[in-house]
Amino acid sequence: MAADMSEAREAADDHVYLSLADGDEGDARWAFGTGFADPLHGVPTALPEGVDAAALAEVCVALGDDALIAAQRLAEWCTRAPELEEEMALANIGLDLLGQARLLYARAGQADGTGRGEDAYAYFRDAADFRNVRLAELPRGDFACCVGRLLAQSAWRLALFERLAGCADPVLAAVAAKGVKELTYHRQYAAEWVVRLGDGTAESHRRMQAAWTELAPWLEELYADRTAEGFGAPAEEVAEATRAVLAQVAEAARLTTPAQVTAVPGTGRAGDRTEHLAPLLDELQGLARAHPEAAW
Amino acid sequence: MSETQGQASGHPKAQWPLYEIFVRSKRGLNHVHVGSLRAADDRMALTHARDLYTRRNEGVSLWAVRSDQIVASTPDEKDPFFEPSGDKVYRHPTFYDIPADIPHI
Repeated sequence: MAADMSEAREAADDHVYLSLADGDEGDARWAFGTGFADPLHGVPTALPEGVDAAALAEVCVALGDDALIAAQRLAEWCTRAPELEEEMALANIGLDLLGQARLLYARAGQADGTGRGEDAYAYFRDAADFRNVRLAELPRGDFACCVGRLLAQSAWRLALFERLAGCADPVLAAVAAKGVKELTYHRQYAAEWVVRLGDGTAESHRRMQAAWTELAPWLEELYADRTAEGFGAPAEEVAEATRAVLAQVAEAARLTTPAQVTAVPGTGRAGDRTEHLAPLLDELQGLARAHPEAAW
Repeated sequence: MSETQGQASGHPKAQWPLYEIFVRSKRGLNHVHVGSLRAADDRMALTHARDLYTRRNEGVSLWAVRSDQIVASTPDEKDPFFEPSGDKVYRHPTFYDIPADIPHI
């Protein structure tokens, strides 16, 4: 059996990876993957007329911060996830978000006229300068918290990106169009887990319901966010689309959404922070600040 | 088999069942076995396969099959199964010419 398996494996390597190796650019280093496309290839980077540069920079930083902080929280699941496969899935999702953050920060640097690169935004701003929604910075919690938050974040971000994909700035539109595919998968992954846990055993239901209830007060901040309104994403419309998705999943998962929710005062978009962001940034930024010009 | 019994008795299983994963690459013609993983249900097997085996752009289609659903030959059967074909050279299509423009043979 063992010999048979290794023969089968060899044949598999021959096939899948050989065809990878002679990918589009003839790069034989298949381990790095092939056939990748630059999402901004051919997209003009000049600021189009009629686009408010300050507002563009603001929305890029806000959405970049949401993604960066969410990615860092997801990365914390490495070595802590319930299964190796889930650890991989969460890390993949985090990397998708990190990719979005990089493109958004680069655009913010072009829009605000400072010419700052992505690292300046990610590593060399303090907690008070971040503009992410506070939902993203809340502590990791248990796995039910993780998938509940991921569902809310990705449903909301997807509703935003679907609308931003048609906005007047070609770069933001291209980033959003690329993100829509990624976020659709994130939302699907999270929704499947929320249903699996909510409609699972008594214990999984109890913990999923607890996470769902805990999440609710932080969602109001998302629904009220008007940062992207000037770019074709009206807050009410985005909020309604997000609520509809969450209600649909909650029903399938037998979860009760609290009828009366008191929003947590303040908003991350105005710089209000919880005490959880600074420690997260310490870990995220420590290396880059200790070795500012390091390259690897 | 113990997994199936565990399901029937209604007890939570200690370990998720094993699935075998097959990927069809972009220009590959058939699905090829790439490895295995554990998942609680069929849908999860597909999402796990997507995350584990196609993250470097490897594929455009996935199959997931419960490992316990695969019927396999055993090493004991190797001689009776495969030896007899070893000396039947006439079964190879080497006695006539294949035109150069016929693919996949």
